[in-house]
Amino acid sequence: MNPLYPKRDPNAAFRVLGGEAIVMNPVDSALFSLNETASVIWRASDGSRSLAEIVESDVCGQFEVEPAAAMSEAIAFAEALAAHGVLTLSDAPAGSV
Amino acid sequence: MERIGARALSLGVPLGVHVDLTWRCNERCIHCYLDHDDPAELTLAELKGLLDQMADAGVFFLTLSGGEIFLRKDLRDIVAHARSRAFDIKLKTNAILIKERDAEWIRDLGVHQVQVSIYSHRAEVHDAITKVPGSLGRSVAALRMLREKGVRTVIACVLMTGNAGDYPGVQALARELGAEFTMDPTITPHLNGDRSILSLNVGQGKLGEVFRDSTLVGDVDKFLSESIPVDEDVLDQTPCSAGHTSCYVSPHGDIYPCVQFPVVCGNVRESAFLDIWRDSDRMLEVRAIRTRDLTTCSSCGHAGSCTRCPGLAYMEGNSMYGPSTADCEKSYVRTGIVTAGMLRKGTVGGLVQISGLAY
Ligand code: SF4
Ligand code: SF4
Repeated sequence: MNPLYPKRDPNAAFRVLGGEAIVMNPVDSALFSLNETASVIWRASDGSRSLAEIVESDVCGQFEVEPAAAMSEAIAFAEALAAHGVLTLSDAPAGSV
Repeated sequence: MERIGARALSLGVPLGVHVDLTWRCNERCIHCYLDHDDPAELTLAELKGLLDQMADAGVFFLTLSGGEIFLRKDLRDIVAHARSRAFDIKLKTNAILIKERDAEWIRDLGVHQVQVSIYSHRAEVHDAITKVPGSLGRSVAALRMLREKGVRTVIACVLMTGNAGDYPGVQALARELGAEFTMDPTITPHLNGDRSILSLNVGQGKLGEVFRDSTLVGDVDKFLSESIPVDEDVLDQTPCSAGHTSCYVSPHGDIYPCVQFPVVCGNVRESAFLDIWRDSDRMLEVRAIRTRDLTTCSSCGHAGSCTRCPGLAYMEGNSMYGPSTADCEKSYVRTGIVTAGMLRKGTVGGLVQISGLAY
């Protein structure tokens, strides 16, 4: 599978409160409350690093999780947010051609 | 949403802040509570610094209001900065200055919602309230254009003597324009202490009609009969979000617990936003108030279900610990049961016979 590069939509509103992010899609008013692991991925999703890199260094570095399970959860989470339009998933880093 | 509010409360985070960018206005609404002279508004640089501080403090819901915000030539820059700090942004405006290019940048900057005040679907009524001929036509044209550009819109209608029968017409207009509709039946005293505009409040008869309109209150029977026994939990409750998870910033940087609660807690030109939020004596006083501390409301049978606004109580001259006459009236009209505030003021004699006195 090609690497996925997650990038927050620039118009998605978000704030991290006590380690947990809240995210609002201004287009359809959908409000998301992310758990701590998901919040780590959300914060790191600036389009420069792949989901695999984020999971390996940020998630597995901070939480006691099994890498393969963490990765499949991360993909499901990223795809769900992408379906809601607050995250884009590309197969190349942001800014590259 | 409730869970997010509870988390903000436990973390001491001001989740929502209402910032008035100016008190200047191009309308002169007869019920307005603001002075329109506006010396020393925060500059763009000051506002950017404030938005940075607010984002760092955890503020998420940002309302930019006025006065008329489109009188600020730097509005787009302010909103762009707010966007760069990831706020959820809501604009309140009369919309009469909004042009197509404004609607486009509002959409492109991911503004969540634009709220526009409309008082009637009839130009003669709306324009008589705003005192600007042609204002309804211009506001409606802007609402239509915003919608066409894909911006979410809300029509806010303040109910007063002059437009009391027109809100169904405004509701229909909102449907036609694809806007949400919200109505407020309360007139707020002027910030300078003048209470003469309270005479614009609709009477109990109209309020009673509004409370029986299912398009506004949902399940009418439930709404009218809702009663929460006043127990220890109710007495331990905080009055509202003001000073707990929300606050207000005036155009010249004063911080109040709420736009409707003008107790100056500090000024962002003199102190950091977070210092005022956390440590100002006035903010701490507001934050410490529980229902049991209220002078009259603590002994009122409505205390668990009343919409009492401490800001209105304060502005009506009853102090932030007293009852709010406007909310006493609402509780009475809703339930038919006399309130402790009315008993205290001795206004009961003028009312119709009350049955089912709860205390
Ligand atoms: S009840 Fe009054 S003071 Fe409290 S948040 Fe509402 S308007 Fe503000
Ligand atoms: S009805 Fe009046 S006295 Fe009773 S709680 Fe509400 S504001 Fe206070």
